This record gives sequence, structure tokens and C-alpha cells, in this order.
Amino acid sequence: MSVDVRLPTVLRQHAAGQSIVTIQGSTVGEVLSKLVKEYPAMADQIFSSSSDRSLHRFINVYLNDDDVRYIDNLDTVVKENDVISILPAVAGGEHR
Amino acid sequence: MLKLTKQLYDDIVTNCIAGLPQEACGLIGGYPSLEKVVKCYPARNIAQSARLYEVHPLDYLKADRDAQENKMEIIGVYHSHTLSEAYPSETDLRQAPDPDWHYILVSLKDEIPVLRSYRIQQNIITEEPLIFD
Repeated sequence: MSVDVRLPTVLRQHAAGQSIVTIQGSTVGEVLSKLVKEYPAMADQIFSSSSDRSLHRFINVYLNDDDVRYIDNLDTVVKENDVISILPAVAGGEHR
Repeated sequence: MLKLTKQLYDDIVTNCIAGLPQEACGLIGGYPSLEKVVKCYPARNIAQSARLYEVHPLDYLKADRDAQENKMEIIGVYHSHTLSEAYPSETDLRQAPDPDWHYILVSLKDEIPVLRSYRIQQNIITEEPLIFD
């Protein structure tokens, strides 16, 4: 399957400034693994470690309008023309 | 420097006041090369806290889509501090997601809200001037 992956501004520098890249794969995990193989500098910002391909805790991944954590996480199956969006957690506050 | 209209300034402050007693948050869209805000996108604070915020990722996604459809980018984030100054906290510093973004803080601790904008790069906080246009 061919899916578009939307990149947040902070990752675009690692993909020659592209905001969307097209990647082949059958699951979200397969697509993201191919993405970081093509653009290795993104790996540390998407996955928690290179050996354990789990998502970094400050990254949210959406398949179309759905958070993949509430589907099958990285095993979520993708369809042709689906869109995967990578979104860094935007958080903070005055907590000390 | 961050350029914005008085209307956008007022919209951001109004959104922050409406979020009380919790921290309010949202994203700003615009033109990064011009350092100009064109639109603000109020977002749900999934932390639902008076001391923390976390932008709902679906609201971030929708804002990002809208910005791209209108030839803009998300260029920063705003949030309120309900009990402290309009200055990034250690939590803000630690969790700043993008060194190219503008970070707007709105303090609601006093009767008159205070809005300030900062850059956060390599753990260094620098206040930037607001230019009304």
C-alpha cells in the first residue's frame, strides 16, 4: 500500500524540507520503519529505541483521524491512500 | 520578533480567560519566514489542569491541515499560566517541541492579562518583541 506520511515541522529538516512523504507498507509500524530507514535522523524522535520499535512517548501517530494507540498501535493495518500523521506532544505548563 | 494583529492578540487572551480555572492552550498558524501570525487555533487541554497543558493531538492535526491548505504553517503554541508570570516554566522549557516555534505565554495571575512571546532554542529562553500590524 502507498500511504502519505505527514511530518511535523520539527522533522522536516530530516526529509529535505518535505512536509509529506509517500511510503509503501501494510501496517503503521512497517511504514514508520521504512520512513526512518529512508531518513535515519528521524529515528530517535519517533521510536523510543532502535532495538525496541515502540513509539517515543512524546510522539502521537494518527491514521487519518484516529490515534493508532486506540486501534492496533504499530500493527494497525493501512489502506491505499491512507494518511499517517506524526505529531509531537505539545505540552508544558507552570507546574514545578 | 512576532507579528500579529490586535485582534489575534485579543483572541488569544480571550481564549485563555475562557479556559479558567484550567490552563488554556492553542496553536498559531502563519508564515515562518515573516514571523507573522495569521490565525490562532484554540485547542483542548487534555491535561485538564490549572498547572499543566497538553494540546489534544487531534486539534493539532486539524490545525496543521488547515494551515497547510491555506499555505501557512503551524509556527508556535500559546498557553496560559493561571498563577504565575508570563515566562516559560521549567516544564515549558523541557517539553518545547520545536526550536523554530514561537512560544506565547499569557499570565492570568493579575487582573490585567499579560501576553509575551519567546523563542526556546537549546534550552535558552529569549523573549521576542511583539509587533502589531
